[in-house]
Amino acid sequence: MFGLTKKDSTLMLVVFGLVMLAPFLLNPFPEGSGMAQFNAGYPDLMQRFVIFGIFAVGFNLLFGLTGYLSFGHAAFLGIGSYAAIWSMKLVTLNVIPGILVAIVVAGAFALVVGFVSLRRSGIYFSILTLAFAQMMFAMAYSVLTPITGGETGLQIKNTDTPLFGGPVDGSIGRANLFGYEMGNSMELAVGNHLFTFNLGYYIAGFFLLLAFYLSIRIFRSPFGMMLRAVKSNQQRMNYTGLTPKRYTLSAFVISGMYAGLAGGLMVAMDTQVGPERMFWTASGEVVIMTILGGAGTLMGPVLGAGMIKYMENIISKINKDILHEWFAFLPDGLEDVIVSLVYPFIGKGWHLTMGILFMLVVIFLPGGLVEGGQRIAKLFRRNKTADTQDATSRTPAE
Amino acid sequence: MALLSVKGVNKRFGGLQALGDVNLDVMENTCHAIIGPNGAGKSTLLNVLVGKLIPDSGSVVFDGQSVLGRKPHQINQMGISRVFQTPEIFADLNVMENMLIPCFAKRDGAFRMHAFESVRHEKSMIEKAEAMLDEVNMLDKRDMLASSMSRGDKRRLEMAMCLVQEPRLLLLDEPTAGMARADTENTIELLKLIRKERGVTMAIIEHDMNVVFSLADRITVLAQGTPLVEDTPDNIKGHPKVREAYLGEAQVEGVN
Repeated sequence: MFGLTKKDSTLMLVVFGLVMLAPFLLNPFPEGSGMAQFNAGYPDLMQRFVIFGIFAVGFNLLFGLTGYLSFGHAAFLGIGSYAAIWSMKLVTLNVIPGILVAIVVAGAFALVVGFVSLRRSGIYFSILTLAFAQMMFAMAYSVLTPITGGETGLQIKNTDTPLFGGPVDGSIGRANLFGYEMGNSMELAVGNHLFTFNLGYYIAGFFLLLAFYLSIRIFRSPFGMMLRAVKSNQQRMNYTGLTPKRYTLSAFVISGMYAGLAGGLMVAMDTQVGPERMFWTASGEVVIMTILGGAGTLMGPVLGAGMIKYMENIISKINKDILHEWFAFLPDGLEDVIVSLVYPFIGKGWHLTMGILFMLVVIFLPGGLVEGGQRIAKLFRRNKTADTQDATSRTPAE
Repeated sequence: MALLSVKGVNKRFGGLQALGDVNLDVMENTCHAIIGPNGAGKSTLLNVLVGKLIPDSGSVVFDGQSVLGRKPHQINQMGISRVFQTPEIFADLNVMENMLIPCFAKRDGAFRMHAFESVRHEKSMIEKAEAMLDEVNMLDKRDMLASSMSRGDKRRLEMAMCLVQEPRLLLLDEPTAGMARADTENTIELLKLIRKERGVTMAIIEHDMNVVFSLADRITVLAQGTPLVEDTPDNIKGHPKVREAYLGEAQVEGVN
């Protein structure tokens, strides 16, 4: 299907299913129940899942394949965002041109940053990309205020008059796709469950599917093989008549364009941007997503991005009262002890939980969550083979 | 006709004259060995040939074109492949992928953005790689991870990777260094086979006398950066200057 092997097609279908059914899958608990706070099926969060999924998939094309660890990728995401919002302020509130402009501008910046940074490898490459990103952040924050809006960033205002199709009554323009606003949602109530189908989410989801499909194609192409060769042995590449640097630079630009796409989509969803989007912690986050999920695997970055965004938004919402509610069945004294033991790991402490999880994964599952899945699948398959002699291939990604 | 012609090459590293006025012709369809004691300048000469070092003076002409100032990947594209002292392969890739990369490099040049083609659809490349693997008896290992193979197999793979590009000249840098006896003999057999089947021109830099004397058509002895003698293996063995400079009586007796 679409030039993919059977295994890759299955993977693509799985991701397609996940994206399409996310409003159901992420809302398993009925409204008003004690578990309802674990529901993640609201538009804002679902949009974040897919947007960061795109960001991580692109980052993985660079880091996972060539092994070059960019520590400044958030800069391209931020640049994409600024480009997209200017497109909306000046040209049209339609999101498609904004997203395209974001991809192109981010790609152009990636070409420059990559050209300079790729003169070095290893830690020096990482530091160079970090330096570039921090410079861009600092400039967006201060001297470039006329373009970036400085500390407050940029929003769409009622004074903005885009060339095509701006609001005529002086209201604040909304991002749309040929007239359909990103915020449009359809709600479906089934018993106590409430499912929300948001247009913005499905547009972002469409781009995730596209990004994921392209990533599979690149992984399976001769170009992708060359990128893995860069990671493996550049000396041999040179003496085989190849130029590792040009391959790496191409991967860098492609992953910068992915970041630009993610940035453009962010603006399409909430029509605002601030410089903090380019801060080095944002660059670090995508590194952690990719490694947590499994660098160099197809599915890993998507899983890692989902995992981190889920924890960031769900675990951080749990507070002491909720804990007391959960452990109410315990005797009073014990309840307090347990609650005070668990408390550091929730709410603002979600970073702690995250950190521990990350350490456990890196130490015990160097291949990330994907490796975990593969190990489970292997166990499963061994049992199954013993039972029925049927060795179906259940292993995801790679 | 000389395929590779080195004329008056000099290279200094600070106070050390690493190469002094080196003249050397590698004739087409021959196997030319360059031997010499440690520090004779063998590796420096090789690095000049592949574009890693630029000499202070002199010329290196391959097939009518100067190689000086060209980068290693350009020199490879001219038709010179190099086998390293320790096998340089793509250790994280499997054997088949290791073979396909040089095939693509030969067909597509130094860079091509073939991001939307599928490796598995490249039937002619795969056939070519398989035929080469078969020639070096490694077809059964095609799906093995390159890093998991023995030293001898890695060497075999590296040679196959070079040969699949059908180079005009194959440069070998101590191809049997650090190998077990059996692996050394296997490698010599393989080199002989390649000479017989493919007739590829070879230049070997080597320490091991067995390899050199049984393979080479001509031998150049290098000492202190300068060619001492150049002759056929038989004449080199008995040459008094060579014995004096390098070989030592016992070693030569051992070979005979």
